[in-house]
Amino acid sequence: MRENGILRIVARFLIPLIMLFGLYIQFHGEYSPGGGFQAGVVVAAGWILFALIYGLEAALKVIPERVMYVLAAFGVLLYAITGLMGVILGGRYLDFYPLLPGEHAAQQFGIITVEFGVGVTVATVVMLIFTYFARRKSEWEALSEEEPE
Amino acid sequence: MAIVDLMPFSVLAPLIASGVVALLPGRFWPWAITLLAAIVATVIAALTLPAALESTLSYPFGNWPPPIGIEYRVDAANAFVALLVAGMAALSLPWAKVSIDREVPERQGAFYALFLLALAGLLGITLTGDAFNVFVFLEISSLATYALIAHGRDRRALLASFRYLIMGTIGATFLLIGIALLYMMTGTLNMADLAVRLPEVQHTRTVDAALAFIVVGMGLKLAMLPLHLWLPNAYAYAPNFVTIFLAGTATKVALYVMVRFIFTVFGGEYSFTVLPLAIVLMALGVAGMFAGSWVAMFQDHLKRMLAYSSVAQVGYMVLGVSLFSAAGLTAAFLHMFNHALIKVALFMAVGTIMYRIGSIKLQDIRGLGRQMPWTLTAFALAGLSIIGVPTTAGFISKWYLILAAAEAGHWWLVGLIVITSMMAVYYIWRVIEAAWMQERPAGSPAVREAPLALLAPTWLMVALNFYFGIDTRLTVGASTAAAEALLGVGGLMP
Repeated sequence: MRENGILRIVARFLIPLIMLFGLYIQFHGEYSPGGGFQAGVVVAAGWILFALIYGLEAALKVIPERVMYVLAAFGVLLYAITGLMGVILGGRYLDFYPLLPGEHAAQQFGIITVEFGVGVTVATVVMLIFTYFARRKSEWEALSEEEPE
Repeated sequence: MAIVDLMPFSVLAPLIASGVVALLPGRFWPWAITLLAAIVATVIAALTLPAALESTLSYPFGNWPPPIGIEYRVDAANAFVALLVAGMAALSLPWAKVSIDREVPERQGAFYALFLLALAGLLGITLTGDAFNVFVFLEISSLATYALIAHGRDRRALLASFRYLIMGTIGATFLLIGIALLYMMTGTLNMADLAVRLPEVQHTRTVDAALAFIVVGMGLKLAMLPLHLWLPNAYAYAPNFVTIFLAGTATKVALYVMVRFIFTVFGGEYSFTVLPLAIVLMALGVAGMFAGSWVAMFQDHLKRMLAYSSVAQVGYMVLGVSLFSAAGLTAAFLHMFNHALIKVALFMAVGTIMYRIGSIKLQDIRGLGRQMPWTLTAFALAGLSIIGVPTTAGFISKWYLILAAAEAGHWWLVGLIVITSMMAVYYIWRVIEAAWMQERPAGSPAVREAPLALLAPTWLMVALNFYFGIDTRLTVGASTAAAEALLGVGGLMP
């Protein structure tokens, strides 16, 4: 679809906005509707739009599959370790009060960290799912090309 | 550190480990860390059980007091099930190493991470005291389970997994609808809080519908008779280790959720008057016992045979619940535990056969008894347990079920239980007859005995079957306490 000028230019205009909106939802999650899950999906949607226009190969140059996989696990670990910090510092699991001196600052820090973990995992997992499905097509084509021989 | 603070880590250990294991390369470390996490979960669950027998433990997550925050609430009933789930994981993992190296040669990190997620999900369902949290963990464990089943080498595993996905999603959706209806009526999701608030709004159509949705939804996950269609193929084509783990845990946890909602959240008295649960569960339980055993008698695929036998065994547990008495629930919990021991042992033996000869069709195992005596002896001994021969675990749970049926005055049930046990004799005997009494087919390659890495865990499970058939202090004691804990809140306690 790279040849289509309208699509290319609109995408080039939209992708940064989508990413920005994703980050807004991510970091405003503790005040307004939103949070890591929604933000992750929005960011992944921006990447998928890029992949649709410029092709999967180009999109995988931005973020290779292995990196997605590692980031997906990293997000889970970030969540789990932030929760664990609460226990280590003398509270309960996912207890944010012991993390920082100020009550509000502690809650905010905890929520943002945990939600960031969620966001990273959701974004990369959605990208991975898309990658697996998108790759199916080229695998199929490779198969059907071999068959006539 | 008090035991209450330690308790949630039986869920958190596998959950955190799954993130680590997903990143580990190779074949040794993913398995080793998984085993470590399962052992940690088991030890914590084992420490929790005695404490939970004395008093109910409550752990507020993030220090938000319940009912606002999510609470883990552990009494005898869920401590017992949690020990069962974690224990089965820890006991089946040593068996897994050799088998999984063959069946899932690549990307074992991802495989074991999925397994840990399934384990954490099942434990989470068990320990949590929050109705919505039950749904979340149910989805975690179910999604991981679908992916695990799809790892089977047989291509039909994909179809089996997809079918389970459809049926399981319907079940989970029903549960969610039920929970949403409850939330609509009471404004709370905490189970203990629900139990307090529900009597005010009882006998409204909404609450009745919620109960019906939850019972049917969990009936699906539990493979109660007319809703069992996903189970045989899912068990038959999954990797052997996955079958072993699922047979020991998944349906049991679903049964636990069902009784938890029926007895603790809604209150047994209410549940059994609004819905004709006593009749429906009894009819479905008995039908499951017969249909499952009947179909199992004609299966040539051993894993399918054992899967249908599982449908029958679920029938016994449902029958115990339907009696609505302390004795009946005790029998249900006992059979939950003992059936896990039996089925894990049987599936391990069958998986070991599959490891050696690559097939588990009845005609392919002819004459195998002389070539793999240890494996098939283990199968035969575990078979005695599923039949319910005295000194085995299977006898204990059937005995208590018969006592409960007699106490309720249903003497005819005793006859039915004996008849279905006879049917079990037949399907176990077919295997033994083929393996020991028939000649090896001409031209089949010589088979050696299975490696010790597979035999040792199998024999450990067989030994446990006999141990818990003789020393019943743990199982009967914990089951009785579990039944009392469930009936104590709002039920009619004798």
